[in-house]
Amino acid sequence: MRTTPLWDEYYELLPREELEKIQLSRLKKVLIRAYHNLPYYRNKLEERKINPYDINSLSCLSHLPFTTKEDLRQAYPFGAIAEPLRNVVRIHSSSGTTGTATVVGYTKKDIESWAELAARALSSYGIDEEDIIQVSFGYGLFTGGLGIHYGAEKLGATVVPASAGNTLRQIQIMKDLQITVLACTPSYALYLAEVARENNINWKESSLRIGVFGAEPWSEEMREDIEKKLPIRAFDIYGLSEVIGPGVAFECEAQDGLHISEDRFLPEIIDPRTERALPPGEEGELVFTTLTKEGTPVIRYRTGDISSLNYEPCSCGRTLVRMKRVFSRTDDMLIIRGVNVYPSQIESVILSFEGVEPYYQIVLTRENFLDQIEVQVEVAPQFFSDQVKVLEGLRKQIEEKLKTELNLSCEVKLLEPKSITRSEGKSKRIIDLRKKEEIS
Amino acid sequence: MKQISVFLENRPGSLYEVLYKLKEEGVNLRALSLADTAEFGVLRFIAENPEEIVENLKKQNFAATLTEVLAVGIEDRPGGLAEVVGILTHQNISIEYLYAFVSPQGERAYVVLRVEKLAEAEKILRENHIPILDKLTI
Repeated sequence: MRTTPLWDEYYELLPREELEKIQLSRLKKVLIRAYHNLPYYRNKLEERKINPYDINSLSCLSHLPFTTKEDLRQAYPFGAIAEPLRNVVRIHSSSGTTGTATVVGYTKKDIESWAELAARALSSYGIDEEDIIQVSFGYGLFTGGLGIHYGAEKLGATVVPASAGNTLRQIQIMKDLQITVLACTPSYALYLAEVARENNINWKESSLRIGVFGAEPWSEEMREDIEKKLPIRAFDIYGLSEVIGPGVAFECEAQDGLHISEDRFLPEIIDPRTERALPPGEEGELVFTTLTKEGTPVIRYRTGDISSLNYEPCSCGRTLVRMKRVFSRTDDMLIIRGVNVYPSQIESVILSFEGVEPYYQIVLTRENFLDQIEVQVEVAPQFFSDQVKVLEGLRKQIEEKLKTELNLSCEVKLLEPKSITRSEGKSKRIIDLRKKEEIS
Repeated sequence: MKQISVFLENRPGSLYEVLYKLKEEGVNLRALSLADTAEFGVLRFIAENPEEIVENLKKQNFAATLTEVLAVGIEDRPGGLAEVVGILTHQNISIEYLYAFVSPQGERAYVVLRVEKLAEAEKILRENHIPILDKLTI
């Protein structure tokens, strides 16, 4: 049963047969555009002797080459942009730095359709023009803040662009401006609830009713916890900058998976090892092909997110396929306070210091609902100094460089030489002590 | 005189591990100090055959190093230390750290000094008739 209005009735209720026709015609177009405008993808097609003009059914998709994050990194800065820069009105970038960032460009039309998609999501949660929405996702290169912002404006809601940080002020704004919707990372929502509790905030006086949470994996238990601590119903929103940003998929009232806006994005699930497409219901790596994006179209982009697809009819009536909420990834990417971090980024910072050995360990904990990251490194015996200020200086320098490179405050701990186990698999380098049910 | 410094991780047992190793090797500590920060510690001490001790510690995977320091005898009376520090201060020689110990028999106390300009400090202290020790055999 659906009680909230559909934002885009045509596409949200489109019978699959019709939908597939639209998908095929859009797929053909995007492939031809990629062939002509994206050298890195053209090379892939030519290597495989695929003529993009031969594509005549959706089943051809599984023969097309993948796009990986590495492809986008190598295309840095503008190699993944299929339009002349004069047509690009916005750039976003994923959190990777040290020359490994991925850049995505948006044309005017892309910004418009992104706002449509975000509005579609917000509308399915029951948000409308009467709502006052506080966007506490970070604004900036990260797509979270601006993505929700444009969607909420599109919807006609009142937007309060609070961005991240300064929690007490956030709470004050929520009360004073009678905020009805909070949009942020789920861990920040819990932190905010905790700060409010410490400051004896009475939520009975607040107008809050809906939470829009995403940008990091979160579990059903975490949803219950948030709903217990804040007077809201919590909804999941999914997206990634390489595909567009928040609004790729969204929960409906049924909260049984997230509807993918299939008129814009063609999803697949593959076995990450064999790279073969998997049948509906099976769990594997989520892969997206953008069907209408102009600035940075991607074909069979491997998200690294583990999910499955459910084509069964949903009680809300939407015909759009549902993806299972994402709890894990195929690679070693960590999501810390909503920021994507690869251990290799930390490694390259550590390698740039002579005073420490090239071994490290990352310990993740959660304090007051906020992720804490400790990076443990060994003091190099030849660098060791009897002076505390030298060692302390080294520690501070590493912390500062990590902060610059990762955009995340880490604590660095110096260890005795040889205290980190050698020659073990990469995964041993990460000790995740965050409560299991909160992350997986 | 050579001082041995050892890096200590901030965790229970790290000091004991070093001390146990030294005990096993029959090292008698003549003087020592323990510097700590919130994050880690540095154990500094004086003992006989410092080169050998450092080699052995390194083999056991400790971060250890030798530092040239001055061991200075001062009169065991009020103002004794102030006098020595005063001499260095007047010459603009800064002290990185120092630690003191008192000999049970003698009338002198001793300080181990780590200074930036070691040779200059040694010269000026000798000129002022401050006894400088070559080894600590108390």
